[in-house]
Amino acid sequence: MNSAPIPSSTEPPAANPPPSPAPQIQPTLWELFAAFATISLSGFGGVLAWSRRMMVEERKWLTPEQFNEAYALCAILPGGNILNFSVIFGSRFRGPAGALVAIAGLMGPPLLLVMIIGAIYAHYGDVPALRRMLTGVACAAAGLMMATVAKMMRPLFRNRAVIGPVIALATFVSIGLMHWPLPLVLAVIVPVSIGIAWVRI
Amino acid sequence: MKTDGGTLLTLASFFAVLSLFAIGGGNSAVPEMHRFSVDVQHWLTDRQFADTFALAQLTPGPNLIIVTLIGYHVAGVLGALVTTLAMCGPSGVFAFFVGRASDRFKGASWHGAVSRGLVPVTLGLTASSAIVIATTADYGWVAAAITAGTALTAYFMRVHPLWAFAVAALLGLSGLI
Repeated sequence: MNSAPIPSSTEPPAANPPPSPAPQIQPTLWELFAAFATISLSGFGGVLAWSRRMMVEERKWLTPEQFNEAYALCAILPGGNILNFSVIFGSRFRGPAGALVAIAGLMGPPLLLVMIIGAIYAHYGDVPALRRMLTGVACAAAGLMMATVAKMMRPLFRNRAVIGPVIALATFVSIGLMHWPLPLVLAVIVPVSIGIAWVRI
Repeated sequence: MKTDGGTLLTLASFFAVLSLFAIGGGNSAVPEMHRFSVDVQHWLTDRQFADTFALAQLTPGPNLIIVTLIGYHVAGVLGALVTTLAMCGPSGVFAFFVGRASDRFKGASWHGAVSRGLVPVTLGLTASSAIVIATTADYGWVAAAITAGTALTAYFMRVHPLWAFAVAALLGLSGLI
């Protein structure tokens, strides 16, 4: 795999980026598709990091400020962050067709790949050696997520307030331990959390 | 596995709604996918769900691709397509219109409040995903040790996910789990 440093996807976006000049280079529809297909296939887990590398550093379709702006927006929208990014990015350059092409590039190749994997699993999923390997991978993936959460919790504690950790804990207890339905939990916790953040500005 | 219109409709409606509640990306919706497909619909066993999650992690591309695998497991190729479209459609349309209007929002003060308010919720959801996967996949102290070991290593060092997966898969293969 690539050993080049990739930007952390948990990096907070710049608070107030300076106004950015319009990008010089306009991708065609085909370039959009190819770009998102490449991002998708080269990214394991943190796909967003790879998108910055391509959009900002290699193709120069976005300035760093424009990328941060788009990222900040995608992070607060529902759905996959990178999915939202592909839609917003594609539509900004090529309208609805650009959005569709970008999302097709992002989802198409892994969709085909994962169906092949699914078919293999359907046939060989009961082979003990494969099951044990997958269990190992699932355990490692759970560990990776725990580490990410632990890293992202640090700034929450630094901000003198206890409300952030309390909200995170309440979410964890209701979803992770109590297994309550997600829409119900979010309908209560999200307005409360945003309301508190709003008042504290 | 039966593949009737009712099943496809259930898949489509569940994942279409889920796409609008998946804040913080695909991994934060994993507990809800588990609750619905294992506990409510009995489409998969705990073990199959953990396997599906592992396979999605091993596939390049967005983490969200786990929904395609669930759809494939439940209703074949058609199920995979329906599930993927349902998971991408509503949130994609929403992002499209917000993206169009976003120039007007630039620097709006509510943006900061929404962002700060969502961060702790997203963290709670990601932690939930980790515990749901760990408790469905764990079958003993070796598996728990792999989870803890990966967590500690990744916390104190920069680890590429593929290395962690390769080591864990080898430990599994060796028959320790």
